Amino acid sequence: MTHILRAPLNGNTLQELNAGDEVLVQGTVYAARDAAHQKMIAALEANGELPFDIDGQIIYYVGPCPASPGRIIGSAGPTTSSRMDAYTPALLQRGLKAMIGKGDRSLQVIEAMKKHGAVYLATVGGAGVYLAQKIKAVETVAYPELGPEALLKMEFEDFPCIVAIDVRGKSVYLTPDI
Amino acid sequence: MRIVKVEQIKETVKQAVRAANTQLPEDILDGLQKACAKETVPRARRLLEILLENAHLAQIENMPLCQDTGLVTIQIQLGQEVSLTGGDLYEAIDQGVREGYLEGYFRASMVKDPLERVNTGDNTPAVVHLEMTPGDQVVITVFPKGAGSENMGRTAMLKPADGWPGVRRFIIETVKIANANPCPPIIVGVGLGGNMEKACLLAKKALLRPINRSHADSRIADLEAQLLQDINQLGIGPQGLGGDTTALAVNMEVFPTHIASLPVAVSLNCHSTRRAVVTI
Repeated sequence: MTHILRAPLNGNTLQELNAGDEVLVQGTVYAARDAAHQKMIAALEANGELPFDIDGQIIYYVGPCPASPGRIIGSAGPTTSSRMDAYTPALLQRGLKAMIGKGDRSLQVIEAMKKHGAVYLATVGGAGVYLAQKIKAVETVAYPELGPEALLKMEFEDFPCIVAIDVRGKSVYLTPDI
Repeated sequence: MRIVKVEQIKETVKQAVRAANTQLPEDILDGLQKACAKETVPRARRLLEILLENAHLAQIENMPLCQDTGLVTIQIQLGQEVSLTGGDLYEAIDQGVREGYLEGYFRASMVKDPLERVNTGDNTPAVVHLEMTPGDQVVITVFPKGAGSENMGRTAMLKPADGWPGVRRFIIETVKIANANPCPPIIVGVGLGGNMEKACLLAKKALLRPINRSHADSRIADLEAQLLQDINQLGIGPQGLGGDTTALAVNMEVFPTHIASLPVAVSLNCHSTRRAVVTI
């Protein structure tokens, strides 16, 4: 079934989501990848503050292409989420409620998601143009010096995702038997 | 001796990176279409349809297929009868990448130092492989490759006693570990033999071969077909969300090796395999 998820998130809506469900995300989402995560964690360690109020928010793991004239954003598909695993539990503890990316997460992240009632959503890797069309506004929130890795605020309209890991820790990914 | 100005190389690289990032090669498009027609899992089929729609949108909107416009590898096959004039070849290549990426509004994804990690701002430098060939032509292959797939590559120095079963096990294991990360359906490039760096270069070379063309040696072609079948039985599927289509192709290149060695390298490429070949 398809759920509509309106960000920022509040209440118990996330409990209703099961791994494998389809979701259309609407509203405000923050975009951050490796370098912005590193800076956010450094900021938390230095003074306990983040550049935005993370409580109930969604982070999209993306480093978009620059916007060409007449556009608000360039191609903007997800990056590999596992590179953010080391930073994620601290953000979940601060109230982060959902992440959007591609690929599996670590056991530590899944445990932290269960503890704080967060979900992980997967979207379509490599569909950068298709997904950019679902982004209606973009502004830089912090770290402009990082260029494509700056912390951005985006407005989503019908941004398609699949619940990859739900609040109970149930996952759609295969566990490799190696 | 044929004279070729490096300015022409720069211009060719610039046009080629623009084209490669916005137009999916015919063989990949065809592979995705065929996989979509065969796929039995509805969600997997829907994902493949989105990828085909994305390729169509990229072309008509003149936007890059993927926001990870990659690290650019450039292979130059330089005819022995060509004299390059007018400047430094490597500088000309980087200038072509620089202009192509800035004018194309492509993402700059290179950091100057692997530890300090400050973006170079223009996606340079490229990684360049220069190869001498007979004749008076210059063949330029540009290969922008995203890190999602690049990070999942692996190399092993196996023992001769491991033989094909050991090689096969390593390749399948690499695909399993990579799981959803390299953006399946993937292209699996295998380099077998040589020494450590040769195996890696062969794996990359294998990725440059169109996926509708098997290896010229039927023995290797059979191994490629067998591996493809095995990989597609893993059930990883498009985006790692399950399905019949985990890989579109397995391309393998081989080279003689040392009596004590059995090197194997596996380089994975995403469904958005981008390449362009231009002959000057």
